[in-house]
Amino acid sequence: MPDTITINGTDHPLPSDPRTSLLDFLRQDLGLHGTKKGCDHGQCGACTVIVNGMRINSCLTLAALHDGDDVTTIEGLGTPENPSPLQVAFVEHDGYQCGYCTPGQVCSATAMLDEIKAGFASDASADLTSEMKATAEEIRERMSGNLCRCGAYANIVAAIRDVAEQGDAA
Amino acid sequence: MRPFDLQRPDSLDHAHSLSDGETATLIAGGTNLLDLMKLQVETPERLVAIDRLGMNAIEDTEDGGLRIGALVTNTATANHDRIRADYPVLARAILAGATQQLRNRATTGGNLCQRTRCYYFTNIDQPCNKREPGSGCGAIDGIARLHGVLGTSPQCIATYPGDMAVAMSALDAVVEIEGAADTRRQVPVRDFHCLPGDTPWRDNVLEPGEIITAVILPAPVEGKQIYRKVRERSSYAFALVSVAAVIAMEGDTIARADLAFGGLAHKPWHDPRLAELLVGKVPDAALFDRAADLLLEDAQGYGENDFKIPLARRTLAAVLAEATETTI
Repeated sequence: MPDTITINGTDHPLPSDPRTSLLDFLRQDLGLHGTKKGCDHGQCGACTVIVNGMRINSCLTLAALHDGDDVTTIEGLGTPENPSPLQVAFVEHDGYQCGYCTPGQVCSATAMLDEIKAGFASDASADLTSEMKATAEEIRERMSGNLCRCGAYANIVAAIRDVAEQGDAA
Repeated sequence: MRPFDLQRPDSLDHAHSLSDGETATLIAGGTNLLDLMKLQVETPERLVAIDRLGMNAIEDTEDGGLRIGALVTNTATANHDRIRADYPVLARAILAGATQQLRNRATTGGNLCQRTRCYYFTNIDQPCNKREPGSGCGAIDGIARLHGVLGTSPQCIATYPGDMAVAMSALDAVVEIEGAADTRRQVPVRDFHCLPGDTPWRDNVLEPGEIITAVILPAPVEGKQIYRKVRERSSYAFALVSVAAVIAMEGDTIARADLAFGGLAHKPWHDPRLAELLVGKVPDAALFDRAADLLLEDAQGYGENDFKIPLARRTLAAVLAEATETTI
């Protein structure tokens, strides 16, 4: 078993204190401050990162248990010079006010659009076995793990729908 | 979070030998356990991580059912082709719980073992017989909106918070458990969780050193499957009342009525008298009322949760009406 964890393509040694959450490891040990600590209890989603293709709350998992895992944070999705399609759409649609929840929203939405393509169902899906669509209702349900204290939800949904439709056209 | 030693056994045998149930706690997905450790509700000296011991497959059983490994994530279970097709009540129950981020980490075994969300249990400054035996129950005469109305005790009125197990109870699934020295036993989901009684600290029948290895679903049955969850908001909230139902009709009469309820008790609530009452009868509003009378004859509210008694009655009637296509 490797004793390293891959973050945005770079290998790092695991922390020595087993109490270190993946979130604290990213922020405190690696200085990757894009991932945010909101509630630290899995309720707000500000800490959402993508581990082996699946979005999780990085506050509710121990970094030491992620040896060999491949983690993508907001820093790995895009840069100011080369933003991801969702980052562009969030800017275009004003999908934030204070911006604190935004890295979690973007990481979550990135994985969520992949889940829809992979046919994952949600509580909002009328039929569990038919093709999944990124409707506004589906997006709201699938993004319910990401709170926005400023209440920019309408614009967040618009930004995600925009990217989902671009994906459909591509 | 208090300091602890982290151990990662490389086999189930090794895991049994490391977990004594007192100083050591098992961790799989950890979404509930780590939350409680941050609150110092759980203070294990050792964490035994079983997250990479396999047990992550969903397999067909010989009799046409399914065996869901203990480490299969909630996401994998809810999106499994056969579960969506043959056991939709289970897929629906899982999708009605938590968020996608949590379901991606939550495991089958861990979900069964999740602790109550009683506000007094999760606050170490409050009395709680479940967390600190003998300290009293803050919820009785306190804030009790989420709390139980069936099978409560003077010691504890907490509820089991999950959705997945409610559907598994309706489906009469079985929990496969392995102990030290290769001892294995199977416990129906309906008997896996305990009522609080005089031992409210005991959530389920697991003994020290025992590990859940799988949940086995019996062969699928004919009928309509429904999971109806009533909650404070339409996503990411625990059930106030939930109903899992597998209902089949034969002509004009009910041929099967397997029901389980969430949000009402310290365990997924299954009352075998409901099927006895409903099967063989022509569905109508009066019959649904009699079923609710039976379900709730011993129900007791604790002030803030009194509303759950009429809410359970109406939710049961709504589910039975939908399943049997009856107008009420």
